[in-house]
Order: sequence, then C-alpha cells, then structure tokens
Amino acid sequence: MRYAMELRGAAALVTGASRGLGAAVARRLAAEGMRVVLVARGGEELARVVADIRAAGGEAHAIAADVGDKRAPHAIAGTAAALVGPIELLVQAASTLGHVPLRPLLDTDCEALEQALEVNLVGPFRLAKLLVAPMALRGRGLVVHVTSDAGVAAYPTWGAYGVSKAGLDHLGRIFGAELEGTGVRVVTVDPGEMDTTMHADAIPDADRSTLLDPDVVAARIVRLVRAADSVPNGARVEASAWDQS
Amino acid sequence: MTPATWPRDEPMDERLLVLDPRAGDWRDARVRDLPRHLSAGDLLVVNDAATVPASLSAVTTRGEPVEVRLAAHLGDDRWRAVLLGAGDWHTRTEHRAPPPPVARGERLRVAAELELVVEDLDPARPRLLVVRFSLRGAALWAAFYRHGHPVQYAHVDRALDLWHVQTPFASRPWAVEMPSAGRPLTWALLGELRARGVRLASLTHAAGLSSTGDPAIDAALPLPERFDVPAATVRAVAETHRAGRRVVAAGTTVVRALEGSARLHGGDLLPGEGTTDLRIDACFRPRIVDGLLTGLHELGSSHRQLMQAFAPEPLLALAWTHAEERGYQDHEFGDVCLVLPRLTAA
Repeated sequence: MRYAMELRGAAALVTGASRGLGAAVARRLAAEGMRVVLVARGGEELARVVADIRAAGGEAHAIAADVGDKRAPHAIAGTAAALVGPIELLVQAASTLGHVPLRPLLDTDCEALEQALEVNLVGPFRLAKLLVAPMALRGRGLVVHVTSDAGVAAYPTWGAYGVSKAGLDHLGRIFGAELEGTGVRVVTVDPGEMDTTMHADAIPDADRSTLLDPDVVAARIVRLVRAADSVPNGARVEASAWDQS
Repeated sequence: MTPATWPRDEPMDERLLVLDPRAGDWRDARVRDLPRHLSAGDLLVVNDAATVPASLSAVTTRGEPVEVRLAAHLGDDRWRAVLLGAGDWHTRTEHRAPPPPVARGERLRVAAELELVVEDLDPARPRLLVVRFSLRGAALWAAFYRHGHPVQYAHVDRALDLWHVQTPFASRPWAVEMPSAGRPLTWALLGELRARGVRLASLTHAAGLSSTGDPAIDAALPLPERFDVPAATVRAVAETHRAGRRVVAAGTTVVRALEGSARLHGGDLLPGEGTTDLRIDACFRPRIVDGLLTGLHELGSSHRQLMQAFAPEPLLALAWTHAEERGYQDHEFGDVCLVLPRLTAA
C-alpha cells in the first residue's frame, strides 16, 4: 500500500523530545506544520523546547513521563490523542545507555540491563502497540524507531544498550511483517554518531568535530518520513541515505 | 444471568450467541467463529474511543469524602460529572451513601494540584453536576491519568487497571466506560475478518456511564453523548449499502453514533462531530445499521431497549433464557451476541 504523508495539520508524537535528536525532530516536524506532542522525563528541558516551538508559531504539547514506566503509555497515548487527535506519526527517540560510564557485561548489573530493555525496547513496544492499533484501523500511519549501530556491531562495554537496540530493530521487522497491507509502516533508523549529551556520556573524549549535528540528522529523518512509502515495511535504514545532497 | 467478574484470558473462546431476527432463531458459537457469520462485503464498524480513568476520589471543603465520576467532556476544563457518596465500587452503586449536598460555586479537592468547582447543577437531579477543573490541557489529562481509576461496579472481583478497560484499538479518550463490544475483537480476529473480505471502519463515540445509583439520573440515561464519524466510514457505509451488504455495529455506542448522526442530518449519515441524545427502542427504525454485536443485556436496561430496534422482544426473551441456561455471562467482560439477519440468496 502506498503511503505518502501529508505533514501539515497531522498529529505526531515524539519521545525523548527534551534534547538531542528527539528535540530536533520535534522542532522540525512542528516547523512542517505538524501538531506535535513531546514526551520526555525532564519537565524543565521539555517545557523549553515546547516554548521554543510555540514561539516559532508551531503547535506543541508537553507530556512529562518515563517511557520505561509500565503505567506511562496509557497516559501518554490518551493525553496525546485528547490534545491533538489520532496520532499519525510516532517517533521513538527516547533511549538510555544503562551504566554511565559504560561497563563490560561482566560488570553490568542485571538491573541496568533490565532498565535498558524497559526504556529502549519494552517501553517502545508498549507505546507502539497503543498507537499503531488505531492507525491500523484507520488505514494509515508511520512509526519511526531510532536505533544505533551498537545494535548491529558488538562493541565492548555497550552491552545493555546494544542488546536493547538489537531487540528494537527486530521489533520493527516483525511489526512491519504483521502490518503489511494495513497502511501502517514501521521504519527503524540508525542516525549515525551525533554530538549529543548521550554520546558525551558514552564517549566523553570523542572528537566532537567528527560528530553529526542532531538537527542535520533530524532533517534527514523528516525527509525519510515524507518518503516512507519507498522503504520496505519493517526495514532498518541509515539516516545518511536521506541526506539532501 | 451471572456476570463475568474479570476479563478472561482468551477473548476468542468467549461465547457468541448468533441471533437472526428475520428467521427468528439463534445458535451458539464462540467469538472465534464470528468471521463465519459475516460475509465478504459486510462492514463492521467499531468505536475506537479509549476509556478515561473517570473515577476520582475527592473531598469537600468540609472534609467529606466523595467520588466524582466523569460523565461527559463539555470542552476544555469543563465536564459533566456525577457525585457519589463515601466509599467506592466495592459497594453496589444503588447502596452507596448519598453524597453531601453541594452548592453552585463549591470547590472539591481531588489532589494537591487538582481541584474542581461546581459550576452548575440541576435542582431536580442535584448529583448531576457541571464542573470546571483547576488545570487545563496536557496538565489536566496527566492529572486524570495520575489520580483517576476506571469506573467499575461491584460485580467485578478486583480493582481494575486502565489496560483492563481498553479495547484493542482504543484511540481518543472519550469514553467514561469501556465500549465493551469491541473488547473481544482482537487483532488476530480482525485480521481473519479482513482476510474474508469483511471491511472494517471506525468512529469515536463518548460512551457514558451505564448506572449511577440515583434513580433520577438513571432514568435519564444515556445522557447526550459526543461522536465523530470519519469521512472514510461514511463512504464505507454508503458502498456497503449500495452493494446490498450489511452494516454491523460493534456495540450500542456505534448504533447511537451512526443513527444519531443520521437523525441530525435529515436521515443522511454525514462525516464529522456531533452530540446525540437519541434514545433507541422498539419503535425506532434503524436507517444505517443492519445488525449489531453487543453484550447480553437484561430486560429493562437501555441497552436491551436498543436491541429491540433490531429484534422483537419475544425473540430476545427466548434467546436470553437459552443463554442463561447455557451459562452465558453478562456485563462488560461477559459474552456477546450478534443480532443480524442472514443474507438471503439473491
């Protein structure tokens, strides 16, 4: 089924929207005329992004919630739909590294692995489940999951995070297979290495000049959203493929 | 009939009573058999309203505990609400202590950050209020989800979580009680229906409270309810009728939305939002809906009256006795009934 998304006036929900890639994507979607609901734990940072979007003439609403909390998804999905109507685009950018500084698996607390799975895999599953179902009934919708090359390559010390992202990649593939023909598409996107707080937490001594500006990646993701009908349902893609040049 | 006291693990195994009002007969089936009783080209319309955690505990300024049940969203921070006395769902609503009298302008406190003020009340039904909350927008909804609980009744075993009262396709939180006919429609079942050529469409209807324990309010139920019918659903209904196929409503709320919309527009179903106070009973002639999937509803309830628009009461009474003997269960987690005339061979 062909899916070409009309962004203006449509409703989007972005998690991890208080900073980094999530905030940049939320700003760009609002600038495209989407009615954007931003979700993040940090109330103050989140309120600032929402205020910026509104000051620029966009529509934005803040929901302070932890996507790793089992009770959060119903509140997030319900509040979002009450405010902006049925959600047509879900971007899940919220993520946690687990231990900071990173640790080898043999030093990783079981609880840290569990927490990474809750925030990076189970939480996105819960929220996707709630938002994809009405999309499938209405016959249109797009879900974008933000992953990492740590979910493919086995980088030492990236265990909790890498395992959760590998799971997220496969969650997208299976959703894609099950949603074939419904008009709903799931795409998993690897943004590349970005200059974010999370990256600094993981690799404090990185050469920042080699890292991507999250806003550049956000622009690529918006182009991907527009062209999502060209991506096989459930596919894992690299954001760099949607560079302007 | 005994009520179902908790959501069952496998909705597909729940009982399905298939009632044909034209043939005047019925047969026993399971929910998993539903696709066999619908045909390619039939349209199943579901209510995609999510259920609001609409029960809020509050105290008056004099410190008296009350329960506020949200009944209908009137816009922004205003809601229609019903006031119940001290206690909770463990006590049957009709046995609940009456709430203390409240006056216009009185404030009730739900939590440190959430108060409401009684904006209006009807002297004939002083427990039916119009209230205004102290928060708006995302903050008000967040407070509802933080402090509210699903409205539930004494026949249910334990306190319900919010996920127990959501249908598999819940979207906008418009319903204050679960539109329960949609509950057994799992995605596996919807997939099978689609594979058979049955079309699916949705609308949103703000299912209201089914009972308040106050005879003056209960006599007026259902209160006016808001609905939104998407253009795609209006098109699907028209195509289905043109093809001589059947429009099947999954639940009484879907009947109210479709017939209520048509009533508002001179008999034509039009896309968009509206509010309906339509009461459907044996005298009502459905224009849009050919049959419905619904729970088993006892004589005297407004839901049973609505069923009488689709099947004569003597048939419903016989089928009810049969279902009771066979151990069917009623209420929101109970078994379901398909009232639908079989397709006649062309």
